[in-house]
Amino acid sequence: MLVIKDAVCSLCGSLCDDITVTVEDNKITKIENACILGRSKFVGMLEHDRIETPMIRKDGKLAPVSYEEAIEAAAKILVNSRRTLSYGWCSTSCEAVSAAIQLAEETGSVIDSTANVCHGPTALAAQEKGSPSATLGEIKNRADLIIFWGCNPVHAHPRHMVRYSSFSKGLFTEKGRKGRTMIVVDVRKTDTAKLADKYVEIDQGSDLILVTALRSIINGHGDVIPEVIAGVPKAEVLELAETLKNAKFVCIFFGMGVTQSRSKYKNADAMSSLISDLNQHTKAVMIGMRGHYNVTGFGQVATWETGFPMAIDFARGYPYYNPGETGANDLLVREEPDAAIIAAADPGAHFPQKAVRHLARIPVIQIDPYPNPTTELADVVIPSAIVGIEAEGTAYRMDAISLRMKKLIDTKFKTDEEIVKDLATKVRELKRGA
Amino acid sequence: MSEILIKNASVCDPVQGINCETMDICIRDGKIVESVSGNAKVIDAEGRLTMAGGFDGHTHSAGKINVGRFINPNDARRNLVPGLSGQVARTEKTRAQVGYNTPNTYAIGYRYAKLGYTTICEAAIPLLAARHTHEEFKEIPILDKMGLSLFGSNWQVMEYIRDKEPEKLAAYVAWGLRASRGYGVKIVNPGGGEAWGWGRNVSGLYDPVPNFDVTPAEILLGLAEANERLQLPHSVHVHCNNLGKPGNYATTIETMKLFEKVKPSRDRQALHVTHVQFNAYAGTSWRDFETGAPMVADYINGADHLTFDLGQVIFGPAVTMTADGPVEYANARMLHEKWSNQDIELEDASGVVPLFYSPKSFVNAVQWAIGLELALLVKDPWKVMFTTDSPNGGSFVNYPEAFTYLMSAKRREEVISDFSKMALDRMVLPGIDRELDFYELAIMTRSTQSKMYSRPEKGNLKVGSDADIAIYDILPGQIDPSTEYVKVKTAFSGAAYTLKDGEIVVKDGEIEATPKGKIYWVNAKVPANIDSAMQKDIDIKFRKYYTVSKANYMVEDVYLQNPVEIATEGVF
Repeated sequence: MLVIKDAVCSLCGSLCDDITVTVEDNKITKIENACILGRSKFVGMLEHDRIETPMIRKDGKLAPVSYEEAIEAAAKILVNSRRTLSYGWCSTSCEAVSAAIQLAEETGSVIDSTANVCHGPTALAAQEKGSPSATLGEIKNRADLIIFWGCNPVHAHPRHMVRYSSFSKGLFTEKGRKGRTMIVVDVRKTDTAKLADKYVEIDQGSDLILVTALRSIINGHGDVIPEVIAGVPKAEVLELAETLKNAKFVCIFFGMGVTQSRSKYKNADAMSSLISDLNQHTKAVMIGMRGHYNVTGFGQVATWETGFPMAIDFARGYPYYNPGETGANDLLVREEPDAAIIAAADPGAHFPQKAVRHLARIPVIQIDPYPNPTTELADVVIPSAIVGIEAEGTAYRMDAISLRMKKLIDTKFKTDEEIVKDLATKVRELKRGA
Repeated sequence: MSEILIKNASVCDPVQGINCETMDICIRDGKIVESVSGNAKVIDAEGRLTMAGGFDGHTHSAGKINVGRFINPNDARRNLVPGLSGQVARTEKTRAQVGYNTPNTYAIGYRYAKLGYTTICEAAIPLLAARHTHEEFKEIPILDKMGLSLFGSNWQVMEYIRDKEPEKLAAYVAWGLRASRGYGVKIVNPGGGEAWGWGRNVSGLYDPVPNFDVTPAEILLGLAEANERLQLPHSVHVHCNNLGKPGNYATTIETMKLFEKVKPSRDRQALHVTHVQFNAYAGTSWRDFETGAPMVADYINGADHLTFDLGQVIFGPAVTMTADGPVEYANARMLHEKWSNQDIELEDASGVVPLFYSPKSFVNAVQWAIGLELALLVKDPWKVMFTTDSPNGGSFVNYPEAFTYLMSAKRREEVISDFSKMALDRMVLPGIDRELDFYELAIMTRSTQSKMYSRPEKGNLKVGSDADIAIYDILPGQIDPSTEYVKVKTAFSGAAYTLKDGEIVVKDGEIEATPKGKIYWVNAKVPANIDSAMQKDIDIKFRKYYTVSKANYMVEDVYLQNPVEIATEGVF
């Protein structure tokens, strides 16, 4: 029996690193400290079906083949493609991301991450106004006012409030939840909102208006605010602004309610300005509630290796970035890619119909531990080890702190990193042959 | 066994006192040796200027620079220094490149190598985020790398200083260097990072840090004592309080004076003050802002316990990035620029703000002059390290341009001729006619670094040293840098040859090979009883305050490419 302490949970962007895992006969038999989502990931590999073997689609059906055959078939698709889309890479290690970027560079592909349908607009906002942030421990130790805006950690990041925010205790926050004010801004009363001291319900798509109103008040122009703003009475907005100004340390955690609703990147852009203005009166920061456990890591690795966090087009030999043109969905909706390689993501389930329809028409390579709707579209399916359980590697928490994920048990599956490197080697071989 | 013979090199190696003498250099297995066999590969230097590989002792090239890249995608397309910036497609030998101030990791390696540089020191590693720095180091080809770890607003440091526990403090510093695989102790705006946790700052050496009951002066001296107790290869590396504020030259001199009583434990300085250009401002506001360089230089000329680097400004776009969080917020508000901030729990702050230095702005013009005044007014070049605090004062790819400012009064006059009268009234540069020669330039770009960082195998061409060598297309006797500065700039912009560990990595300004460099880190030995007493204290920090467990905090071996462990023995 092996007891592994301080394991990193590879589920959500909270990246809890205090998990204790008991392993017997190469099986995980006990998990301590994990939330319900994390636990189901650790045990899920036993309970859910895996992709058991590499497969190639023959006569419309996926048939088992060896890793070598699958990699050769995948390499042929890449070599014959003039416009490959490489997509996903957020539920895997930074090492796999790095290998995928090199493969994209060598094949002149476009590479994009799941941020394309998630926090991509947060990156655009940072490019407009910057990203005034802090590590999660700053919130734990200092924040007396925590706002969850368009996010629902009770369900999406279950241990966030205990480890890092509302309920945590730190040096200057000894009273924990009692010493903090918690506000939720959302369009519906979520389970997170039920735990808040104050819930501000706003009209759908009105985040930008409310943020702008708060800025106006904080900058001394409260007189321009109409009687009702974003569906909220003026008096309530004035009070909210006062609460913000009078706090000692404010953190706004924001989610896809902010990034994927009307006004898109302008919401976080305005929020960044609000944080800057608030710092004239107190201390304030903002942190995006990143979903996939290593979507932050994709952005980090891509940025240091290519200069850009997502939507990177290597067709010119050097990285070219123009989200709106070079994002995964931009390309698919234009029906531009003639092949796709998809890893650690499920566009088959999450992309708009038009994009999925195009994916169904082109050769698709899938690398994933589990079958998902994308498998139904795939022509070559390559199963991989689960990073953080069967493979080690680096991941970045939502606050851009990187951690080393452990390998807990052995597996017969190759890692994402090995698969991508094998694929790159094969592609080079075929190109030399040609 | 691989051997190279460099024939007819005009060697400029101040560590050995060699000033442009024609001689041969023998290389075997990556080291400089007395002689080689007849089978050695021969490089004919044809009398060209030959120096040890350049050593940038203060650059922001891994870690925080990623925030700079992230918020400035526009920088990727900038090509202000053709050949050393902008978008470059991949080749069989090189990865794709982008950027100017914030190039991608591959471009950083290639472009430093083209300038004849072979070693860099990352100026700021937050302990908690050290793994990230090392991940970027891994992707910077060719260069040897080291980094300085941040201790200046660290809770455990401040508590040990407040509680007068110097031995545990030293043990903590040793542990922090081990955890982050750092090379030395960096102190940024001591205490200011903690104050910034509440949106505040400290105003000077004796302004107590909120809640911790210590002053910046106490932090500086406490860490200096720990640094010397551990016999670290580098002195404390200090970014002074009040950076960027008119009148701050007084704080800078006061900080330097504070260290007169610090006795270095090794044959090196007791203090390194970094990017002094940003800390040598006189006046009381931006209205009466003027140079404070003469006062600072005057003090340094009479002192022998310190070294400093310039933080030279280059006109055009730059990206400021520093652990000095309050400075970055102030910059962003003043310039109406985008603002990134990243406070690090229990440890420090940081921020990133892009800006533009314009010769038309009198403040920027005076800043430009101050860097040069410091270099030229300080008489002893061994006290000076050339930097632009890349990319804070400007990108490192402008070093060759900056060398011409140092070597040619005529070139300086050309630049100054564009300045306003107000700018000229606030600087002393027009009255300085000193021009550096190649020997002095080699000191500021290589030799000082060798001494400063106690790396005797770097920054010189002695037998036994690393065969990191740059050959520039300059015939020292036949060029007048004072007038032929265009030639000087061209030669330094693309080395005829750069050798790294005896391998040709650059030839005629183009990348030939991309080996992986080494990572230097310091492992300071501490008595077990003191270490375990200290560990008990930090265990509490991890249990109660950090959001990362202690086991996951330490940078694992797997992140270090070709590590070189520098062991020191602490004196307790």
